[in-house]
Amino acid sequence: MGMKKNYWRRRHLMELFMKTLMRISLVGAAASLGLILWTVVARGLPALTWDMVTQSPKGGFYMGKEGGVLNAIIGSLYLALGGTLLAMLFSLPIALYLKTYLGSSKWGQYVRLSLDVLWGIPSIVYGAFGFTIMIAIGMRASLLAGIIVLALVELPIMVRAMDEVIRRMPADLEQAALALGSTRFEVAMRVVTRQMLPGIVTAILLAFGRGIGDAASVLFTAGYTDRIVTSLMRPTASLPLAVFFQLGSPFPEVQQRGYASALILTIIVLAVSFGSRWLASRLNKYTIK
Amino acid sequence: MSQSEPILTLENTEGRTTRPSVAPRIRQDQRAQRIFFVITLLPVFLIVVVTIALLVRAWPILQAFPLTDLLFGTVWKPSEKMFGFGPFILGTLWVTVVGVGVAVPPCLLAAIYLAEYAHASTRSFTKPVLDLLAAIPPVVYGVWGLLAIVPFVEDVLAPLAKRWLGGVPFLAVNQPTGFSILAGGIVLAVMIAPLVISVVYEIFLTVPNDLRHASLAVGSTQWQTIRNVVLPQVTPGIVAAVVLGASRAFGETIAVLIVVGNVPQVPTSIFDSAYPLPALIANNYGDMMSIPLYDSALMGAALVLLVVILIFNILSTLVLQRMLRRKWA
Repeated sequence: MGMKKNYWRRRHLMELFMKTLMRISLVGAAASLGLILWTVVARGLPALTWDMVTQSPKGGFYMGKEGGVLNAIIGSLYLALGGTLLAMLFSLPIALYLKTYLGSSKWGQYVRLSLDVLWGIPSIVYGAFGFTIMIAIGMRASLLAGIIVLALVELPIMVRAMDEVIRRMPADLEQAALALGSTRFEVAMRVVTRQMLPGIVTAILLAFGRGIGDAASVLFTAGYTDRIVTSLMRPTASLPLAVFFQLGSPFPEVQQRGYASALILTIIVLAVSFGSRWLASRLNKYTIK
Repeated sequence: MSQSEPILTLENTEGRTTRPSVAPRIRQDQRAQRIFFVITLLPVFLIVVVTIALLVRAWPILQAFPLTDLLFGTVWKPSEKMFGFGPFILGTLWVTVVGVGVAVPPCLLAAIYLAEYAHASTRSFTKPVLDLLAAIPPVVYGVWGLLAIVPFVEDVLAPLAKRWLGGVPFLAVNQPTGFSILAGGIVLAVMIAPLVISVVYEIFLTVPNDLRHASLAVGSTQWQTIRNVVLPQVTPGIVAAVVLGASRAFGETIAVLIVVGNVPQVPTSIFDSAYPLPALIANNYGDMMSIPLYDSALMGAALVLLVVILIFNILSTLVLQRMLRRKWA
């Protein structure tokens, strides 16, 4: 009898113990987000001036004199926008093909496997790859090169996110369209694309957010310059690299601006993330539930 | 699941009996199928092309030195034609192992809680938090590491280790700064957490509820059910999730580079600085064209990264694809 009672107590104590550990872990994960945001805001905000977002670096900027990182903000927006558009051009057909033509066939599994593998390749490798191609064809670091490499980084993120939502589309919708005599292409363009629009938009913005924050891929390919970029063939600054270079400076004022630049980047990324959530919920009104 | 046979084909619509409006639409469908097919081949080819391109650039260094010298050599002096990747490979391994070690226990527990215990409201609160954590750019993680984690290691963890854990292997404090493997590992742990948590969570959802009910019905507590019934079902998936997280940590560049100190040495303790492979590539891209074989060596480093990550990724993805498909079966 005593044995039994003991056992009862031990397993219930264990239950309580594990549950508490789990709660702590989950709170810890959430808290780390808070800590990161708090650190970046607390250290970045004091150095975040109007000049930071409205001016390009002036003479002596990297020694703590006047100027801002407008060149990097504009450069990053161009890079991420171009990369996202280019990636979209390929992602949407791939995601639609996976859904309407391949389904969960063997080939579909192979394509998904290769997308997962591409997704796992670190951006520094894409950067190095872009660099080898640029050397081979005699191209120099430029906005265009940066856009192409970013598109490679974003492509698997975008397709996987699209595939995730598209494959969750109710089968009856597709079957109803097919039963009415639609071709698979018509199902893809008129049913899947419209019904899954919120998910597609989310996927595109997710990839955009990933692209705008990526430093390792543009390091080799887009270069860096203090001027605002005016041509596809010119090198361009980017916000992640602006943060990175300013952190490496021996001047405290410049480091402070590095923190402020990190805050700007964080604000942009959070805005994209919240924006996509809001947009998706708006667009959800126009889909069949 | 979806149909694999076309409902109408050219053969039976181009004949004289069928409606005239169908044939062009079928032709459009088949043209689209061909175009989509070609575009879909791109990702498959991209993996091959990236590997070949890096291999071609790295070929001169692979020709000049035996592979074992490159991988295990410990001296890195490009100007004297000495290219030993040893310290960098070890640096990457150390940072990855510490990062995964810090990340896995809490991530597993958090994922189990989300899958087995949490209310729907907790789940719907956690998802955006994890999404945001995954959305924060690496360089911002680097800034956080520099401002918060490096001082934390320097002022709190290192003195504690020095005071209490003097003789323990791998925990000796040999340097005064916090720019260390541990700092890199902590930053990496937070970076891979959203991925590991969400994959493990999805795997737990594949286990049918009947199993849980059966176990609970005979009087097990919920934790006993998880330990004895659910966990054995999902162990391969958890291993795969961890490997996936490790491969992510293995290739992370900027965030680690900022906090890890970048000293090319063979580390002996988690409080030592290290110099991981990705940092080597990123730090030296500027002057690599001026020294012979240097660019080839760096592309060789990228190739090493790529090959290791390809192996990790293919294995873990195959396991996960198999496990997650069960949900739809």
